Amino acid sequence: MQFTKHFMEHLFSLFIRSIFVDNMIFAFFLGMCSYLAVSKTVKTAFGLGVAVTFVLIITVPVNYLLLMNVLKTDTVDLSFLSFIIFIAVIAGIVQLVEMIVERFSPSLYAALGIFLPLIAVNCAIMGASLFMQQRISMEPGSTQHIGSVLDAFVYALGSGIGWLLAIVALAAIREKMAYTDVPRPLQGLGITFITVGLMALAFMCFSGLSL
Amino acid sequence: MSLFSQERREVLTTPLAKDNPVAVQVLGICSALAVTAQLEPAIVMGLSVTVITAFANVIISLLRKTVPNRIRIIVQLVVVASLVTLVSQILKAFAYDVSVQLSVYVGLIITNCILMGRLEAFAMMRSPWESFLDGVGNGLGYAWILVAVGFVRELFGNGTLLGFRIIPESIYADNGGFYVNNGMMTMPAMALIIVGCLIWALRAAQKEA
Repeated sequence: MQFTKHFMEHLFSLFIRSIFVDNMIFAFFLGMCSYLAVSKTVKTAFGLGVAVTFVLIITVPVNYLLLMNVLKTDTVDLSFLSFIIFIAVIAGIVQLVEMIVERFSPSLYAALGIFLPLIAVNCAIMGASLFMQQRISMEPGSTQHIGSVLDAFVYALGSGIGWLLAIVALAAIREKMAYTDVPRPLQGLGITFITVGLMALAFMCFSGLSL
Repeated sequence: MSLFSQERREVLTTPLAKDNPVAVQVLGICSALAVTAQLEPAIVMGLSVTVITAFANVIISLLRKTVPNRIRIIVQLVVVASLVTLVSQILKAFAYDVSVQLSVYVGLIITNCILMGRLEAFAMMRSPWESFLDGVGNGLGYAWILVAVGFVRELFGNGTLLGFRIIPESIYADNGGFYVNNGMMTMPAMALIIVGCLIWALRAAQKEA
């Protein structure tokens, strides 16, 4: 692996692309359940976003290494078992992160509270690993290609930041929306969906970025 | 109690409307939005989730007395992951085109909150047969929302249903008519807005009932 100019360029476009163009929420709807449930105030939304990013940047590279070195060897191809491996790794790492955070930073642990264990079943985490698996087989020239652990890490970081951005933005809008007069049956969930839809429309303009 | 007593029929039917997993409980939204640009993947996805929920419910219900409480989540995840792997392989073998369209969302059934929710809330304390009915009910409750959204998006986005042309070619603007497809419908953003409107309609209807 060489740190050539081309290499850095690829990392940079992968990073920007995963934040804006391939945004987890607006392009793929991943992690929607917690996205809708925990976006009532900016503070908790930010906490969850940080926790998701944190778990992403650990699980995706670990899953990449496992997939390439354990499941896909020269002699056997067991990559159809990837679902079970991925979910086991994610559940295990979330548990581990929970214990570490509890031991070393009780204040952060208290702030994240119930979100940490919930992250294990957040589709954004599983989704990032599955997309990573899909992107390995893409042609190496594409900006979406993931060909090394570093790529996997950068992709995870970008996706996490994109998710964080999306949830903080929605929480901010919902805080303001508390003062508006929404028709009764549309209140709560309905209007939130439509808001997210409009935000997704706005994010669609990034898809014109040529990276 | 007979096989289809009043109570058991309710287990099957309440998730269809009154306690709908997508519209009322807001579970399993991710895939509901992502696979509905066309009708066919929406139907396949709905059926897959129904089958997986039903059988995961039965398996967990059979195991409920033997699994220690502390490791139940891991056991549930492994059962679900195995079933999803099975379904994914079957789709790849017999319906390859659809499985390509569904891409990662088949794998994401594992983290579909409907599954974990039903396993935790229902299968852990009820008999296998009731759990099966509950799984089928919730799966179908999820499936019909998918089909409804897929129907609207494919009809207005492409003018087709399941690939068959519904809106005749002759009225299109290209052929001297007035009609143009609404390209927005195939975009991810419209899925959110349609589901939002669907929830609005469902809630408004239930209030009157």
